[in-house]
Amino acid sequence: MLVFLLLRLTPGDPAAIMAGDAATAEQIEQIRAGLGLDRPIVVQFGIWLGRIVSGDLGESYYFRIKVATLIGQRLEPTFALATMTILIAVLVAVPLGMLAAWRFGGWLDRALMGFSVLGFSIPVFVLAYVLIWLVSLQLGWLPVQGYVRIADGFFLFLKHLILPAVTLSVIYIALIARVTRASVLEALGEDYIRTARAKGLPEMRVLVRHALANAAVPIVTVIGIGIAILIGGVVVTESVYAIPGLGRLTVDAVLARDFPTIQGVIIFFSFIYVAVNLLIDLSYLVFDPRIRY
Amino acid sequence: MRRLLGCLAFIVALSVSAQDKVLRIVPHSNLNILDPIWTTQYMARNHGYMVYDTLFGTDEKNRIQPQMVEKWSTSPDNRLWTFTLRSGLAFHDGRPVTGEDVIASLQRWGRRDAMGQKLFTFVDRMDSPSSNTFRIFLREACGFVLEALGKPSSNVPFIMPKRVADTPADRQIEDATGSGPYIFVKDEFKPGDKAVYVKNTKYVPRKEPPSGTAGGKHVYVERVEWNLALRDAQAQVNALLRGEVDILEQPAFESYAPLQADKNVQVVNSNPLGFQYMCRFNHLHPPFNNAKVRQAALAAMQQEQFLRAQVGIKEFYRPCASMFTCDTPYGSAKGSEIQSKSNMKRAQELVKTSGYDGTPVVIMKPTDLASITKLPDVAAQLMRQAGFKVDLQAMDWNTVVTRRSKKEPPAQGGWNMFCTAWVAPDIWNPIANPAVGALGEKSWFGWPSDDQIEKLRDQFARETDEAKKKALAEAIQARAFEIATHAPLGEYINPLAARRNVSGFVTGPGNLYWNIKKN
Repeated sequence: MLVFLLLRLTPGDPAAIMAGDAATAEQIEQIRAGLGLDRPIVVQFGIWLGRIVSGDLGESYYFRIKVATLIGQRLEPTFALATMTILIAVLVAVPLGMLAAWRFGGWLDRALMGFSVLGFSIPVFVLAYVLIWLVSLQLGWLPVQGYVRIADGFFLFLKHLILPAVTLSVIYIALIARVTRASVLEALGEDYIRTARAKGLPEMRVLVRHALANAAVPIVTVIGIGIAILIGGVVVTESVYAIPGLGRLTVDAVLARDFPTIQGVIIFFSFIYVAVNLLIDLSYLVFDPRIRY
Repeated sequence: MRRLLGCLAFIVALSVSAQDKVLRIVPHSNLNILDPIWTTQYMARNHGYMVYDTLFGTDEKNRIQPQMVEKWSTSPDNRLWTFTLRSGLAFHDGRPVTGEDVIASLQRWGRRDAMGQKLFTFVDRMDSPSSNTFRIFLREACGFVLEALGKPSSNVPFIMPKRVADTPADRQIEDATGSGPYIFVKDEFKPGDKAVYVKNTKYVPRKEPPSGTAGGKHVYVERVEWNLALRDAQAQVNALLRGEVDILEQPAFESYAPLQADKNVQVVNSNPLGFQYMCRFNHLHPPFNNAKVRQAALAAMQQEQFLRAQVGIKEFYRPCASMFTCDTPYGSAKGSEIQSKSNMKRAQELVKTSGYDGTPVVIMKPTDLASITKLPDVAAQLMRQAGFKVDLQAMDWNTVVTRRSKKEPPAQGGWNMFCTAWVAPDIWNPIANPAVGALGEKSWFGWPSDDQIEKLRDQFARETDEAKKKALAEAIQARAFEIATHAPLGEYINPLAARRNVSGFVTGPGNLYWNIKKN
């Protein structure tokens, strides 16, 4: 409801964009009437709510196809990008954070903290341009833009996705590594770690099986939050790398004031956000058997 | 082993050959509406040129030439026009193009397009005495029948099948069947991602060489893909440099230096008449409801300043004293002295004597449209120097186009001035040019009202003698400068950039993709 009202209060009229530059005010009014935008907001809201209740996200003003279909078309690129980003971030950040905690105060720890500050500070688009210049234009290893669907070839799919995913993962590596470091560091000071070491267990087993496992809950929480924040990150990354995903769809819909699409995408993102948080909460049961719901 | 290597080489060769037949284009904007009659968006027009054909075209020298029409004749009193379609014209579904299709298409176009609406004020009726003939009966002689039918820019009178053209003009068509050189692949259209066109193998081009929107529309590639996702200016440049795309329709001005420095890239000006910038005054509200104040603002707006700031590349712009595109039949400097021979001192004097009372001028500045975003800044600065109080309001382009249709005073959400750009054919004569129309609240945004201009435009519409039309166009322009309908800000070109292996570009008002070869 809030999104619906905010969109109606925002200046801008989809009919004016659709009509084109040379259109007259009369033609724009005709289009507005055709879209039902000349009706009172309460009526528009009622119609929209009725559709939402029956599971219908409505129809795009521009493409005259179902918003659900539009989202479906854009889901794969965004899902692939987000999955690969999180995968890279977790695979790099967790071991790095763990090692930094293990070597607390050493050069690895300092280097990781320095990288974290850099990772948080550097804007995604700047990093994207630097990586494109280096990896694509200078070395010629990867394409500069575009997305190839997995069905059109896994190698091509991967080739197009690596650079955007690496770009986007840097901030998450910084975030997850810091949290992992702090959690593992705290765990390393616990009595059960001293006991494990006293029993003569190998250091790697102490780190992974005892310290990391007990530090998992905050790490998993931050990964969950990361997935939610990722939604904002894909907007920029998809623009720079020309990936036709949900981020790009959102930007286009906002610029064109395609109200049904904006509303549909926000509802979809909200659903994803809630679902991810639910999964994260449920995963606590696995990582910490003491937790009961 | 040799056989295996041979097979591999063959497969690679086939793959390279297939790539040669696909033209990958980055259009200037997103394609979101597929009905070129319902909207005036240039992307829809360009889509139209791929899919549809036109009765007449406009050649490189801006002359109207037959396209779908084989021959035509007029009665001695110029009230009956008879057209015969050339043989071999067929829609993508295989059905022949008939006079009935043409009539339905023209009727729909005549309800939307400004020039079409004007033409239809002269039309008594139309009929199709045989399948390949159609006639237009006029109530009185009209001086722009062929100019209207060969109109090269939005809205172009594209010919559609009758079943499609019968769609009410206020509703979008749902079927992209045309008779043009390419077929739109609906199943592969992904909004915001890509639009795909394949060669219409049954298209019969004219025998004349291609020229503007006229002449033979030969297709030498199998498939054209519009990359709708690639909209970041730097990413576009990178993609072209790497050969991931073949053509950038309208690179950003700051992109030309790296593009021209690359030996594999060429910069081609396929739209030599280019575009014209303008700032529009709102004639309904103070201070621009006073002609003297508008003249003072006009005097302050020195074109060179706008062009240097917005375009920046000296070879790409030129001041133009005409409200109708320079170097076209009605391009003239008549009456432009108020702007072209003025300077800041003169503007300051005019502001003082105009009766301007210090009312702030609300200028709308679009922040997200790089091609015009600097114009309002320059206008604001020049007007401040001249003595105006300026309220420069930043917003996105959507808000500009929404707000400009509001007739309320600026304090209640209205406006005083905005700037935009037009492709040359949209403004090259007094009928097409929406900015010189002066029908008050029925006019284009800004709503100037002037009986004298409208009378002259009516005379222009009726006149068939070219010399007299030229004189009338000059008179209209002189009057438009006198009442300062708007401020023309000069002309510019925005050449396309392409890989060197792409050739055969056709010049025209937009981007035309026939005759192109990719080696």
